[in-house]
Amino acid sequence: MITLGKDEIAKYPFLADAGQYLKDKGFTLQQFGIDPDLKLSIDKAFNRVQVSTEGKIYKSDLIDGEASKDFVLEREVFSFLLAIVLLKLTGMTTLIKRFALAEARRAEKYLEKDLANISDGSKKELAIRIIDDLFSIQIKEQNNHFIIPVSNYLQHSINFHEREWKLINRHVEKGFVFLTPHETVRLIRKELGNYITTKIFNAKTPTMISGFEEPVDKLISLSKKFVTHTITTGEYPPCIKHAIEVLERGENLPHSGRFMLATFLLARNQSVQQIAPLFKNAPDYNERVTLYQLNHLAGTSGSGTQYSCPSCEKLKTQNLCFAIPECDNIFNPLQFGKRRK
Amino acid sequence: MRAKEIKFLEESFKKYYFDHFDLIHVPKRTSEREFGFQKFNSGMIRHMSLKDNKELHLLLMQNIPSDIYCSNAYYSFPNLPMNEKDWKEADLIFDIDAKDLHLECRSNHCVTKCNECNEVSKLSDYCPKCNSSKINIKSLPCKTCIEESKKEVFKLSNILIEDLGVEKKNIQVYFSGNEGFHVYVYESQFQQLGSRERAELVDYLMFKGTIPETFGMKKLKPNRSLFPEIEDKGWRGRFSKEIFGLKSKRSKIVSELISEGYSSFQKKLIDISTTIGAQIDPNVTMDIHRIFRLPGSLNSKSGLTKILCRDIQKFDPYLESSFLDENTVEIMANCPIEFKIKNKKFGPFDNENTTVPTYTAVYMICKNLATIS
Ligand SMILES: [Zn+2]
Ligand SMILES: [Zn+2]
Repeated sequence: MITLGKDEIAKYPFLADAGQYLKDKGFTLQQFGIDPDLKLSIDKAFNRVQVSTEGKIYKSDLIDGEASKDFVLEREVFSFLLAIVLLKLTGMTTLIKRFALAEARRAEKYLEKDLANISDGSKKELAIRIIDDLFSIQIKEQNNHFIIPVSNYLQHSINFHEREWKLINRHVEKGFVFLTPHETVRLIRKELGNYITTKIFNAKTPTMISGFEEPVDKLISLSKKFVTHTITTGEYPPCIKHAIEVLERGENLPHSGRFMLATFLLARNQSVQQIAPLFKNAPDYNERVTLYQLNHLAGTSGSGTQYSCPSCEKLKTQNLCFAIPECDNIFNPLQFGKRRK
Repeated sequence: MRAKEIKFLEESFKKYYFDHFDLIHVPKRTSEREFGFQKFNSGMIRHMSLKDNKELHLLLMQNIPSDIYCSNAYYSFPNLPMNEKDWKEADLIFDIDAKDLHLECRSNHCVTKCNECNEVSKLSDYCPKCNSSKINIKSLPCKTCIEESKKEVFKLSNILIEDLGVEKKNIQVYFSGNEGFHVYVYESQFQQLGSRERAELVDYLMFKGTIPETFGMKKLKPNRSLFPEIEDKGWRGRFSKEIFGLKSKRSKIVSELISEGYSSFQKKLIDISTTIGAQIDPNVTMDIHRIFRLPGSLNSKSGLTKILCRDIQKFDPYLESSFLDENTVEIMANCPIEFKIKNKKFGPFDNENTTVPTYTAVYMICKNLATIS
């Protein structure tokens, strides 16, 4: 295991052994429930989870990845560890998944920054070591690029659908693929999310601690609201359900899939503002671009023509069709459930 | 094939196997491989395992297989059914076949044999005698076929070495015994890759799935400096050499490319893929459970040996892979085209009795163009 400095633990708290960390600092979970000063950390932890359910990344007190004062830094780590305790106490899988995803995104930013760090070689080294330890990818640096073995590259990129990730569209030399820091981190995004999720799932669930009840209850009710917010209801055809699931898992949905989903929901009279949040987990999410594209499809900008949802036939050719018996006799996903005879 | 021909082929094959054990070895890590074989006029027996050369040679002498195969994959239990074998890894393997190269020479040396009336004619889609469309096409590959296949081998090895970091000593090229070459890559970083990842490698080697942006072309506001240079490594370099030719022509041609536009560029990439990409059979490389003709064994499509090419540049299959003896045999030959083995010309034969050396008799009977008189 990697030995981490103080600010490294704050950046990558999921690498710390939670129980051990608290013990080393001389704290017990019970104290956090009672001590009014420590209670602030629970508030922070609650906030950290809440933010993740909104598809946002928790904004930390770290300034540019460096904690200004020791206590800020400590609170930072506490809030992560306590967030896990809260999540385990709620037992809500959806919350855990959302949280892990958001934390992965957060760590991604630091990893990318550390990889690109020219002035501090030790930061870069640590990022490289984390990637090696966690995902068994040996990254080396060469001519301002990171290089990874072609076989490693293929094992991770194989699930990406964009053509620019195809090996033929990469710079390949002597058995290595050349990547920028951003691309390197993008390559392990899914694994990073899985790593954090697994870590949380495997963490022991403590018995309820006094002082934790309130935030736990709040999170449970939050998760209920949040579940009804997701628009997967029975009336959607399997292709649309599949697309929504892919996005919820934070995986990449190809452009054609996004087009299908957006045009379908627009045709069902959902507004651009209602649809946009669906794309928040997409690996390459950018709010402005998403709104722009949705408005374009809705015909509220640009040409003014509203795009229609592709036919089942077209979707089949794009591998987006997951027909079930109820799909018989329909030609377009929009007819699903309307023509049952 | 009649019993008479089968008996003759089995005798010839048996003699070869007996005389040339030195050419036929079990591969490394023998006990982890799956073996399979076929006898003349019968089905395939798969999912076997062998211990050593002794067991292999015994199998050859006892069964006189028409063809014998071995997996490129390594398994914990090679003799169990496929889903219980426990796949561990597989050597990377490529098949280059002249018939996939769409060469013009092909029509000159392919004959059509009718399944209904046995008429043998020059290449056509139906039998000229009885009009049946139930026909078999037999090719007697020519020098061009072999030379063009070699070019693909060179392209392939170059990309494997330069781009994919394969060591030259770990690449072995075999003549398949019929129309092409099998290229084996041992001990590479790719051993453990599954089928989907191998498919990506295939696309890379074949120059497939390219996007214009990779080679500097953009939909909006193309930028001249993004286009590749002749001295670039990898595909950008190969692309430049093909499209620009000379360094001095780059500037002019980049201007042309930009003015022709994005979709024309896209089309160009597809057009040059067969020229600069290696023409390999994608399915062979992607399949990680296949069995391949064992090096040193005979190919029942020709009676020629699948043999290691030590100097591929000079390699001539009709000299170096024909090991059967010179003893003459009387055959009834029916073959409208001429061919050459061991520097001797044979044919054309118009349904006539003739006396030929054993290696030629086997070649023609394997191609179904002769019977024992
Ligand atoms: Zn006929
Ligand atoms: Zn030819």
